[in-house]
Amino acid sequence: MSIKIGEVPYKERIQKGIKDDFMRQAVSSAQGRFRTGRITQAEELGNWEDWRDLGEEIRTHTLENLDYYLQQLSEQVSRRGGHVFFAETAEEANQYVKDIILKKQAKKVVKAKSMVTEEIGLNKALEEVGAEVVESDLGEWILQLDEDPPSHIVTPALHKNKQQIRETFAKKKGYTGSDTPEELAAFAREQLRQDFLAADVGVTGCNFAIAESGSITLVTNEGNAEMVTALPDTVITVMGMERIVPTWEEMEVLVSLLTRAAVGQKLTSYITALTGARLDEEVDGPEEFHLVVVDNGRSKILGTEFQSALHCIRCAACINACPVYRHIGGHAYNSIYPGPIGAVITPLLEGYEDHKELPYASTLCAACTEACPVKIPLHEHLIRHRQIIVEKNMAPTAEKLMMKGFAAWGSNPSIYNMSAKMAKPALGPWTKDGMIENGPGPLKAWTDVRDFYAPQGQSFRSWFKQRQKDGGSK
Amino acid sequence: MSIQNREAFLDKLASRLGRERRTAGVERPQWSVTPQDEVFKGMSQDELVEVLEKHCKVIHTDFKRTDRDGLAKVLNETLEAYEGKLIITSKDARYQEYGVNEFFEEQKDQLDVHVWEAALGKENQKIAERADVGIVFSDITLAESGTVTSFNTKDNGRSISLLPRTFIAIIPKSTLVPRMTQAARHIHQAQANGEDVPSYVSFITGPSNSADIEMNLIVGVHGPVKATYIVVD
Ligand code: SF4
Repeated sequence: MSIKIGEVPYKERIQKGIKDDFMRQAVSSAQGRFRTGRITQAEELGNWEDWRDLGEEIRTHTLENLDYYLQQLSEQVSRRGGHVFFAETAEEANQYVKDIILKKQAKKVVKAKSMVTEEIGLNKALEEVGAEVVESDLGEWILQLDEDPPSHIVTPALHKNKQQIRETFAKKKGYTGSDTPEELAAFAREQLRQDFLAADVGVTGCNFAIAESGSITLVTNEGNAEMVTALPDTVITVMGMERIVPTWEEMEVLVSLLTRAAVGQKLTSYITALTGARLDEEVDGPEEFHLVVVDNGRSKILGTEFQSALHCIRCAACINACPVYRHIGGHAYNSIYPGPIGAVITPLLEGYEDHKELPYASTLCAACTEACPVKIPLHEHLIRHRQIIVEKNMAPTAEKLMMKGFAAWGSNPSIYNMSAKMAKPALGPWTKDGMIENGPGPLKAWTDVRDFYAPQGQSFRSWFKQRQKDGGSK
Repeated sequence: MSIQNREAFLDKLASRLGRERRTAGVERPQWSVTPQDEVFKGMSQDELVEVLEKHCKVIHTDFKRTDRDGLAKVLNETLEAYEGKLIITSKDARYQEYGVNEFFEEQKDQLDVHVWEAALGKENQKIAERADVGIVFSDITLAESGTVTSFNTKDNGRSISLLPRTFIAIIPKSTLVPRMTQAARHIHQAQANGEDVPSYVSFITGPSNSADIEMNLIVGVHGPVKATYIVVD
């Protein structure tokens, strides 16, 4: 399945990430800028914690009543002239979209950034039926031309520098200009404009569906989602089933949280709410509208202790706050969902077998949890994952990989200096004599297996050195 | 229109949630906090204009303020700066009311003005794609974020503020509200009263932009590359 992006073992992926200097530098400066943006916005509001509480309450209520709100949404979309298809699996979703493409005899499909279509592997499915698929988000387009997977959920081409981008444009599109970002973007604008105008079908993701009116909200800065929804006569929106809010009032709150937490903007340049098919006499917007609601493993998370992972609004604040992501980069996670949220949901969606190292790609410093605008207790979920991995007897291997993984990025000094300080308060309450003992709930089973050294006054680095010397035992 | 596979899908969700299906009677709870209502609470229209003006710098948008008598002049300056010859506008009674039609009439030798005309169908999009400037009147203006809300209808196509190279929003001062909260509430209440939301609602904040190349901000990607707001007292 395509959540996974490669077969290279975890350790090698990490080492590749660490060796790529440009990537590391880019990730670290992006993290810095995103974080500064988020923090400035939060401070300006003054009551950021109230906003986060509200965000959490809205997400909790919505997920608790997900069946009700999805029913309402589907009624409204249908009433407004749209078709709704509920897809249990990626295959069902892809098949439905393929059938539309075939029925329409569509040659060209333009897409606006959508994680879920990446997740289900829609592009490949559409190419199978002979459609040309064009990604229209600038970063996604660059990656598509270069056949490279995304490394960040907000700025997917973060790992590429402008010289590489110029080469890609030159090789794939005959570009002859310079490597200034403005000129590169102007070229993309001109090329993609032709694609927008010629497209038979537009495919979009969905930031928030609004149950009360059947509207699909899209949040972008480039204006590509607007092109994709305004120009082609057929539009298909593919949404993860949890991306829904009760009314416009909650949409507004979550959009405010999203744009602030993601990019430090009050609102992005374009927030668009598309409702069903266009009305009589309207020119822009689709004549035919389809909404595909995708489960693809999400329902396995409902009703479990991990339910709050479905509250995620994909803002990437946790990723930008994560010291481990900073050092290993997005590709190391081997999932289209990187960083702390990726480490939490990838094993839930696809099982532990292929992703059991992910919960260990964390220092448990809780920076992710603090950054999350809807207050998902990410580091607690990671601890719980580790416990389950131990319970499933996958622990020895997992631990070995963990040691290798940690050893790999542990050879870089700066991460340890920052980790030790952060980890302490997160684990504070459960430590005794520098050892985590009988942690409440999640920690229990792990500590039952082996006492886990808590990062004390000593740095993480010396902690791991110590750990390795002792062969991983205490 | 068709709804497929719904019952089995939603039954499964209910069973995962450990209860019967809920098909009616779900109410939103009283949220414990409502910070969105506190932003710029009690500000006058003039104070909101100041907030908007300040934020325009952040969103790379030129801000101008005038009254009805001065609008033609300001519009003229802006069009000149944008080298605007071919112009596309929505069909809106306010162009007449604010004297903009009169201005276009006077300028008809210099300007080629196309007013969105539903009967022309896709031809409108083609004109918008070639146009130098797209002009719309704001329906609701969000001071905090510098956002123009546009209810797209048969007379106000989405293309007008999307396809042309540059974008001008005329903002009657009375359309200003503190933030997106008030616009969302307005739409929610209309929906609750049985009015359908427009098929396309756009919240537009300045020109299009991207940070996808090495995190450099590039102003002007797929949508307009420049934007001006003209607030009219
Ligand atoms: S888990 Fe929270 S911080 Fe991370 S992407 Fe999701 S909403 Fe944002």
